[in-house]
Amino acid sequence: MTTFLSLSRAMFLGFFRDRVAVFFTFLFPLMFLVVFGLLFRDVGQSRIPLGVVGSGPVIDGLPADAVEQKRFESLDAALEQVRAGDLPAVVFEQDGQVTLRYAASDAARAGTVQGLVGGVVSEVNLRASGRPAAVRLQAEQVEASSLKAIQYLTPALLSWSVATSAVFGAAMTLVSWRRRQVLRRLRLAPVAPLTVLTSRLGVAFSVALLQAAVFIAIASTPLFGLRLSGQWWLAVPLLAIGTVAFFAIGMLAGSFAKTEEAANAVANLLVLPMAFLSGTFFPIDAAPRWLQIVSNTFPLRHLTDGMLDVMVRDQGVGALLRPGAVLVGFAVVLAAVALPLFRWDDA
Amino acid sequence: MGDTIIVEELRKRYGELAAVDGVSFRVAAGEFFGILGPNGAGKTTTLELVEGLRKPDGGRVSLLGEKPWPRNPRLLPRIGVQLQANSFFEKLTAREQLETFASLYGCGKAAVAEMLDVVGLADKADTREDRLSGGQRQRLSIACALVHRPDVVFLDEPTAALDPQARRNLWDVLRAIQGEGRTIVYTTHYLDEAEALCDRVAIMDRGRILALDAPAALVRDLDAPTHVSLPRGVLSASQAWQLPGVQEVTEGELTTVIATRSPTPVLAALVERDALEGLSVRKATLEDVFLRLTGREYRA
Repeated sequence: MTTFLSLSRAMFLGFFRDRVAVFFTFLFPLMFLVVFGLLFRDVGQSRIPLGVVGSGPVIDGLPADAVEQKRFESLDAALEQVRAGDLPAVVFEQDGQVTLRYAASDAARAGTVQGLVGGVVSEVNLRASGRPAAVRLQAEQVEASSLKAIQYLTPALLSWSVATSAVFGAAMTLVSWRRRQVLRRLRLAPVAPLTVLTSRLGVAFSVALLQAAVFIAIASTPLFGLRLSGQWWLAVPLLAIGTVAFFAIGMLAGSFAKTEEAANAVANLLVLPMAFLSGTFFPIDAAPRWLQIVSNTFPLRHLTDGMLDVMVRDQGVGALLRPGAVLVGFAVVLAAVALPLFRWDDA
Repeated sequence: MGDTIIVEELRKRYGELAAVDGVSFRVAAGEFFGILGPNGAGKTTTLELVEGLRKPDGGRVSLLGEKPWPRNPRLLPRIGVQLQANSFFEKLTAREQLETFASLYGCGKAAVAEMLDVVGLADKADTREDRLSGGQRQRLSIACALVHRPDVVFLDEPTAALDPQARRNLWDVLRAIQGEGRTIVYTTHYLDEAEALCDRVAIMDRGRILALDAPAALVRDLDAPTHVSLPRGVLSASQAWQLPGVQEVTEGELTTVIATRSPTPVLAALVERDALEGLSVRKATLEDVFLRLTGREYRA
C-alpha cells in the first residue's frame, strides 16, 4: 500500500510540475468549453424572430416564449428583411386575412414558423366556432432545465478531455519511463508491475475528477449557466470506468511507440477522429445512419452519451448500464491485448 | 563464507554479435570487483545478466545463492542497481526521488536523510533532478541504488562523462560504501580508476575476460620495465647506460628515458650523482596490461 501511495505521489508531482501536461489537460479543453459556450450561448433558448405587419387575433395569439415579434409598418419593408436573410418569415394580418411569407432558404425555421402560425390560426378558428375542442394537445419539455448549448457541451467536452488525458497519460508515461530506464529500474525493485500500473491509473482517475470539478465549476457560473440534473454524481463511477478504458487504449499505443513524439502522434490519431464522430463538439444524432453505426463502435461515444444522461438529462442509475457495460468491455479487451505487449525496456 | 556471485561460462548473443562469450568469475562477499574494458567489450551485458535483466543464452549465474533470471522477488530487496542511464522519475527533487525508491523497499525518511548525507547531497535535497549537475545526478543515482542497504551493489559506469573533480568525489563515496562491508560490482572504462578502487578487476574485450586478478598483481605479472625519465642533458646516453640494471635508454627531445626492471639501484645511483632534479618514475599500469593482452592501444 505504501508502495502504491508513494508511486502515485511521485507520478502526481511529476504530472503537475509538467506545465505542458497541465495546459493540455486542463486549460486546452476549457478553452473549447469557453469558446463554444459563448458562441452558442443563445442558441437553445432563442426565440424565432418573426416580422409582423398589421394586427388581429392571430398576431395577438403568437406564443411569446417561442416567437420574438418584429413590427413593421409595411409588408414591403418586412419582406425586404426576409429576402436579405435577416428574418425567416413575416406574418401579415388584416381584416381576418392572415398571410405568411417565408424565406425558403431557411427551411428549418420556416417550417417551425409555419407550424406555429398554423396552430394559432386553428385555435382562433376553433374559438370563433364556439365548439369545444375535439382533441387537446398538452406539450411539455422533457429535460428538467433548458436546452441551452452549455448543457450539451459540458458533459461532451468533459468526456473528451478525460478520455484524452487518460490515453496520453498512459502512453506518454509508458514510453518516457521506458526511455529513461525507469521501468528497468523498477523491474529490479521489489514492486509488482500491477502496482506500478494501478498507481498510474489512480493518478489518471484523480486527474479526471479534477477535470470534472473544474469543468462543472466554470460551466456553472452565471455567464454559462449550466444546471446539473438530480443524480449528476453518477458521473463519478462513469468517469472511473471511462478512465480505465481509455488508459488501456493509451497502454496499447505506448506499447508500440518507441519515442514520446510517436506516442503523442498515435494518441492524437486515436482520440481526435473519435471525438469528431462521438458527438464531442456537436450532437451526432442528426448524422447519417452509417455514421451513427461507426460512432457507436467508439468508446468515447458511449462515455459521452452516459455523461449527458446522468449530468443533464436527469437519468438514474439505469443510464449507467449500457455505457458502463460497453466501456468495461473495451477496457477488458484492450487490457488483454496491451498487457502481453508490455515491455520493460527497448532492447 | 561462500562467494556472493558465481558466474560460469556465461553467453549472450545479439544476432551475429557474441556480446558475452563464455565469461566466468566469482566475487567474494565484501569485495570491490571491477569489470573494465573499452566500449562494446560486453561489460554492461555481463552486468545485466548477473542482475537478472536479461536471459542468458548459456552458462549459469548464482547471485547470493539464487538464480536472478527469471525476475526473482526474493533477490530484489538484497541488490541495489544503478543503471547506465539515470533512471529518475520526472521532475522530482533529489529527496523525492530517494523517498520514492526507498518506499519501494519499505524504507522510511530516516534512511533517505542518511543517504543524502552519504553521497553529499544534503544541501541539494530540494533541487529538482534535472537541475543537478552531472556529478550530482550520478551521486543521486547511486544513492537510489543504496537507500535500502543492499548486500550487493551493481554500478554501471558510475563515473562515465564526469569531470575529474566529480570523479574523485565519487571515488570517496564508493570507498565509503565498500567500507560498510557491501559487495560492489562495477563497470568502468577508466583503467586508472579501476586500479585505484578495485580489489580485483576483470579485463574484458570482445565478450571475453582476458585477465582477472588484483590490479597490482596484473601489473606485476606483466613484468614490464619501470621507466625513469630525466630532463635531457642531466645524463648523456652513455652515462645512462653505465647505471646498474639498465635495459634501454631512449633520448627524446626533452627527456632521457631509462627502462629498467630493477628501479631501486638505478634510483640509488641517480641519488649519488645528485641527478634527481625533474626526475619522474612511471611504473607499468593496467593500460600496459591491456596493450599486452590485446596487442592494441587502450581506447576508452
